[in-house]
Amino acid sequence: MTGKHLLSIADLGLDEIDEILRLTDSFVEVSERAIPKVPTLRGRTVVSLFFEESTRTRLSFETAAKRLSADTMNFSVSTSSVKKGESLRDTVETIEAMGIDAVVVRHASAGVPWQIARWVDAPVINAGDGWHEHPTQALLDCYTIRQSRGSLAGLRIAIVGDVKHSRVARSNVLAFTGLGAEVTLVAPPTLLPPNLTGWPVAVSHDLDGVLPKADVVYLLRMQKERQIESLLPSLREYTARYGLTRERARLLSDDALVMHPGPMNRGVEIAADVADLPRSMITRQVANGVAVRMAVLFLMLGSTGVGRGA
Amino acid sequence: MVRDLVVRGGTVVDATGTRRADVLVRAGHIVAVADDIDPPARAEVLDASGCTVAPGLVDLHAHLRQPGREEAETVDTGARAAALGGYTAVVAMPNTDPAIDCAAVVREVLDLGSTAACDVHVAGAITVGRAGQRLAPLAEMAALGVRLFTDDGAGVQDSRLMRRALEYASALDITLAQHCEDAALASGGHMHEGEWSSHLGIPGVPAEAEELMVLRDIALARLTGTRMHFLHLSVAAALDAVRAAKGAGLPVTAEAAPHHFTLDDSVVASYDPVFKVNPPLRPTADVEAVRVALGDGTLDAIATDHAPHTQEDKEAPFDEAPPGMLGLETALALALTELSLPLERVLALLSWQPARIAGLEAEHGGPVAEGRPAHLCVIDPATVWVVEPEKLASRSRNTPYGGRKLTGRVRHTVLGGEAVVIDGQAQR
Repeated sequence: MTGKHLLSIADLGLDEIDEILRLTDSFVEVSERAIPKVPTLRGRTVVSLFFEESTRTRLSFETAAKRLSADTMNFSVSTSSVKKGESLRDTVETIEAMGIDAVVVRHASAGVPWQIARWVDAPVINAGDGWHEHPTQALLDCYTIRQSRGSLAGLRIAIVGDVKHSRVARSNVLAFTGLGAEVTLVAPPTLLPPNLTGWPVAVSHDLDGVLPKADVVYLLRMQKERQIESLLPSLREYTARYGLTRERARLLSDDALVMHPGPMNRGVEIAADVADLPRSMITRQVANGVAVRMAVLFLMLGSTGVGRGA
Repeated sequence: MVRDLVVRGGTVVDATGTRRADVLVRAGHIVAVADDIDPPARAEVLDASGCTVAPGLVDLHAHLRQPGREEAETVDTGARAAALGGYTAVVAMPNTDPAIDCAAVVREVLDLGSTAACDVHVAGAITVGRAGQRLAPLAEMAALGVRLFTDDGAGVQDSRLMRRALEYASALDITLAQHCEDAALASGGHMHEGEWSSHLGIPGVPAEAEELMVLRDIALARLTGTRMHFLHLSVAAALDAVRAAKGAGLPVTAEAAPHHFTLDDSVVASYDPVFKVNPPLRPTADVEAVRVALGDGTLDAIATDHAPHTQEDKEAPFDEAPPGMLGLETALALALTELSLPLERVLALLSWQPARIAGLEAEHGGPVAEGRPAHLCVIDPATVWVVEPEKLASRSRNTPYGGRKLTGRVRHTVLGGEAVVIDGQAQR
């Protein structure tokens, strides 16, 4: 990879995305072994700096690091000095002083990984910043689609739900369209970004019209707060118009895939039994997430010789 | 007793025009303006050859942070920054802690300013604690010389309360100034809402939040017949509204800040909170509209909105960092470098027009003429310099212009007949 950090999908060239996805194949193979561990990053330390709780993403990165034999450190806000008023910069510099080789950052505010990348020497991996980006999620989603369909080129992908507040949607729009898919955003207008100038997407408010032509329907998590902010009258009304109910799932073509970044609200954006259909990729996404993150860590730390103090 | 002072070799520019003249100052006043003045014995001579000699600049909008946030700025450091920027008077905004909302705090700030490097005036709050609930004692503060009132940092949201404030003010010969932002519409936003905010995932503030309050206040100015000043306007639609109100003869004035005619919202892509400000940086079309409005008289003044913040505060995540940028030491040079306006027009926007809005025209911004108070700035319009944040006199470093090359710089500043800046060096 050319850049030192992985902050945005936009930082990656098509050849780099391809390299990560090809390498992911070999780490999927490693993950399926009886002892799913390789010594590649022995002696390296990867720190998870999670200012916002996300057990799933943190565990996925830590599992990836451990399968590469790296040491892991975990800093999460609930146990940290941030609550005692320490500044972001002081926290980051303290962690770096302990000797680290990579920083995996999750923060509720957009842009924090960019700020941290200006302050530390170690490579920074964005594990989700506010509404902005979540590049490894997009990579694992691309990998999962390629696994089933061979390629994203020419596929029609519907991203459904709360695009406005979604880092997953922003990264996936860049990745899916970059790899040649046609993306349609399906959401009530209040849950779309207020300005879509420059977004290479179509927009629809009619899920029933979009589903029959979709190769992939990608559902976003709907958060309950959105009702309080008057972005929606009720979750019930959202589900009625934009939820992937059992009836709506019948509109899908036979080989269409259903995806979700998790955690799901069964019964809101996706009906419980739809999540468990064979076409649902949801658990496979989780499994692939570990392998994709192994590939990213390997490319950032293993093959370049970037080490502590470098 | 202060020595006589001669400003020698310059070109005088003021509201009456431009002419080559030396200026002799004695006991705080201008005593002669003539083609070639022989300096009296022991007089201090300030070389102004190749320079413009103008009335001192007047800033309608400076946050000096005292009392309450002395780690970011004090009246003393802010006034020194002002003097270095060519200002001889600044109006200190009332969003201090405690707010400048009563005679006691007015007196404290005026007292702190009495020995500063420029004249320090204050704006009083319109409402108690700037909370937007009930009127502050406007007459009590006006009796101490306060002429401008605002809740700056927030607009007065309650239309009925704003109407009452305007009616009450009409008896006091004061001006109410508004921070134009509909709080409900702007709520939760941290940058301009548009293409860049959507791309960056930062909650936005729509331009209409500013436009709506300008429209409301124009209606209230018409209803009450009371004059109003609009602070830091930044969007084309608000400027159009002011243009129309002036055309209809309503008593409104307006200012814009240098960052709104020099920076657009694309710079936020760095996620550096040094670019966070309120009102936020806008798209290029609005930046262009501000430039046009400065040229066509819709805007009466360039005001800095100088807003110091500590390094720690500005290293927070973008959506947690406080809004604001330094401005006093760069405003004149930005206007000279970036606006294609004649020098006389730039000085009108920075000196005599804001002096009138602030009610300071008897002291500041007047013609460089015999008998006038000697508040002057001497500008070298050809000096090219690079903004170095660590060399600024402000206690804070949050300028968005670090590394930017500017043309035109203040060489000397004279306050009440005393040279407070000589060759770019502060003397107080």
